[in-house]
Amino acid sequence: MTLPDDITVTDIDVLVIGGGTAGPMAAITAKEQNPNASVMLLEKANVKRSGAISMGMDGLNNAVVPGHSEPEDYVKEITIANDGIVLQKGVMAYAQGSFDMIQKLDQWGVYFQKDETGEYDMKKVHHLGTYVLPMPEGHNIKKILYRRLRRHRVTIENRYQAIRLLKDKDGSVSGCIALGTRDADIIVIRAKAVVMCTGAAGRIGLPASGYLFGTYENPSNCGDGHSMAYHAGAELTGLECYQINPLLKDYNGPACAYVTGPLGGYTANSQGDRFIECDYWSGQMMMEFYNELQGGKGPVFLKLDHLAEETIQEIEHVLHTNERPSRGRFHDGRGTDYRTSMVEMHISEIGFCAGHSASGVWVNEKGETTIPGLYGAGDMASIPHSYMLGAFVYGQICGENATQYALEREIPELDEAFILAERDRILAPLKRADGIPPSQFEYKVRRLVNDYLQPPKVTKKMDIGLARLKAMVDDIQHLYARDAHELLRANEAQHVFDCAQMAAVASMYRTESRWGLYHNYVDYPLTDNEKWFCHVQLFKDEHDEMSCKTKPIDPYVVELDEHEKNAYQQMRVQAV
Amino acid sequence: MPIASQISMVPVVVDDEKCIADKGCRTCIDVCPLDVLWINEDTGKAHMKYDECWYCMPCEADCPTDAVTVNIPYLLR
Ligand SMILES: Cc1cc2nc3c(=O)[nH]c(=O)nc-3n(C[C@H](O)[C@H](O)[C@H](O)COP(=O)(O)OP(=O)(O)OC[C@H]3O[C@@H](n4cnc5c(N)ncnc54)[C@H](O)[C@@H]3O)c2cc1C
Ligand code: SF4
Ligand code: SF4
Repeated sequence: MTLPDDITVTDIDVLVIGGGTAGPMAAITAKEQNPNASVMLLEKANVKRSGAISMGMDGLNNAVVPGHSEPEDYVKEITIANDGIVLQKGVMAYAQGSFDMIQKLDQWGVYFQKDETGEYDMKKVHHLGTYVLPMPEGHNIKKILYRRLRRHRVTIENRYQAIRLLKDKDGSVSGCIALGTRDADIIVIRAKAVVMCTGAAGRIGLPASGYLFGTYENPSNCGDGHSMAYHAGAELTGLECYQINPLLKDYNGPACAYVTGPLGGYTANSQGDRFIECDYWSGQMMMEFYNELQGGKGPVFLKLDHLAEETIQEIEHVLHTNERPSRGRFHDGRGTDYRTSMVEMHISEIGFCAGHSASGVWVNEKGETTIPGLYGAGDMASIPHSYMLGAFVYGQICGENATQYALEREIPELDEAFILAERDRILAPLKRADGIPPSQFEYKVRRLVNDYLQPPKVTKKMDIGLARLKAMVDDIQHLYARDAHELLRANEAQHVFDCAQMAAVASMYRTESRWGLYHNYVDYPLTDNEKWFCHVQLFKDEHDEMSCKTKPIDPYVVELDEHEKNAYQQMRVQAV
Repeated sequence: MPIASQISMVPVVVDDEKCIADKGCRTCIDVCPLDVLWINEDTGKAHMKYDECWYCMPCEADCPTDAVTVNIPYLLR
């Protein structure tokens, strides 16, 4: 069988999918490793301004800088914050690469805040150690990455949505099939190694505002990578450990305790009192946040109105110009002034994200997924709490290892029958004369997620939620798109749909509570270390059903002291 | 399955007087992560075609003529 002319096939040594944060670093690294290798960066949007850091970033949330902390301290902190369920070797590989990466970015021209003596100006936000490095002038980070991509002659393919991974007869990855988001053309990239950097699954739940695109995550990160990995047979892990963040109500951007905390701001209840010890985002912190919201002392607020004028101006400068610069407009529209009023906060929709939490496609300390030749970095892969710097470090690790893998491999064979069937499936909504618009389909999925799958998790509710979702399977045959853009949304919506089911299946499998609010399972309120001190892996079984299994935790490389283990359980401010 | 079209007030406004899309500029259209800015066939200028905005602002920041204003989507205001 040969492929028809309307499907172009491009041969590449290393394919990187997703050009946000981890992706550019993976592609640049691949070229640094082997300048003769052909490297393609495939991006759904435009690499110039795509992903979580499109406008810059307020700071590094997890910088391991000598003199402030050692990699071992960091591994301990993240192990404790994540209730012990971590691949420590993976966290360690990050921690050991952290400082070199900061210096590399610094050399490239990324500006990090320094003190009078020229040292990095580290701030304490975490419960135990000091890991936050502000970058108030971090606007140019995407420009700097873009320049490097050009210099290394990475092939950039913008406005293509990767939709399915391809595999050869031996089960190794052999590239991907992608959809042009402007012309609805289908392309195939045949690759010897693939690095996935598709970001978080940020469109599973519905924001409180009801606006489909008013998510915490950049909405182009809708779980494409999670769904692709699942359908290709990769294992995903920790999906029951949702990402849920404390955000500005309705605006749904970070309240930025990491920015305001070191300057004296804090999270307060309606009486203006502090109720959590530590503003670092963890499931335990979110549990206290939720309790306060529901417990009669809500709403919860970001409190800055006690600060001096110059401090407020400094905060405004950072928060209104950098990472989410429309924030000032949001406040202006409501007449909110940090000087005179507290700012209302709320809980975000649920998502999968290793960057902030611990849910994603399983990878080990080499960035390898469970599929040979397939690597994963950043928010979509499973190294917990990795944030922006983790995306860079693992982008680099994956870039190195994927290049090595590609060197040792022949050009893989394509499964043409699979490609043709996929082309027809992907384009189907465009061929129909009418049907269900993607926005309606997606709204319904995400509304069901909010109604039935958000914590507190209850078996009966999740049963209903999953049944209602499964009843929507037939609706896929009726999805209708009028143009290429709506076709993009129709394909995204199917991935959102997959992720919603994954959230239910993984949550019901782990019959205990863990990670505070993230997996607060009302039917099983206690943490059960006897049975559940393990990872939960989700995968597609031999009947094409979503299944789960446990995976033992690898021996720790850094032991915890007994008294440290519960540090994150003591989040609530004690009455005096 | 019959369908209907609903109207929506979009958050991003382009000043047609300032927009130089007719001279070939596509900057805002290029950078939008959600691909919701397109050329308006009637005017030849950029406009927001789909109400799917993250109010992230590259369109406004990168426009060479300051023609773009990003407002907060109505549902969030
Ligand atoms: C609002 C916000 C504030 C944050 N603040 C901080 C902070 O202050 N400090 C910090 O350290 N971290 C912060 N983070 C976290 C940090 O930004 C992320 O962890 C990190 O940038 C993730 O990098 P990534 O490469 O995994 O994802 P991204 O940078 O989001 O990139 C993913 C890319 O994949 C593309 N993509 C998705 N699907 C496909 C597909 N099917 N085909 C092709 N391309 C696709 C997307 O368009 C996107 O460009 C913040 C995150 C957010 C959302
Ligand atoms: S960037 Fe500005 S000038 Fe260029 S097309 Fe957009 S609105 Fe018009
Ligand atoms: S604010 Fe962001 S999502 Fe909205 S149109 Fe501009 S670039 Fe696109």
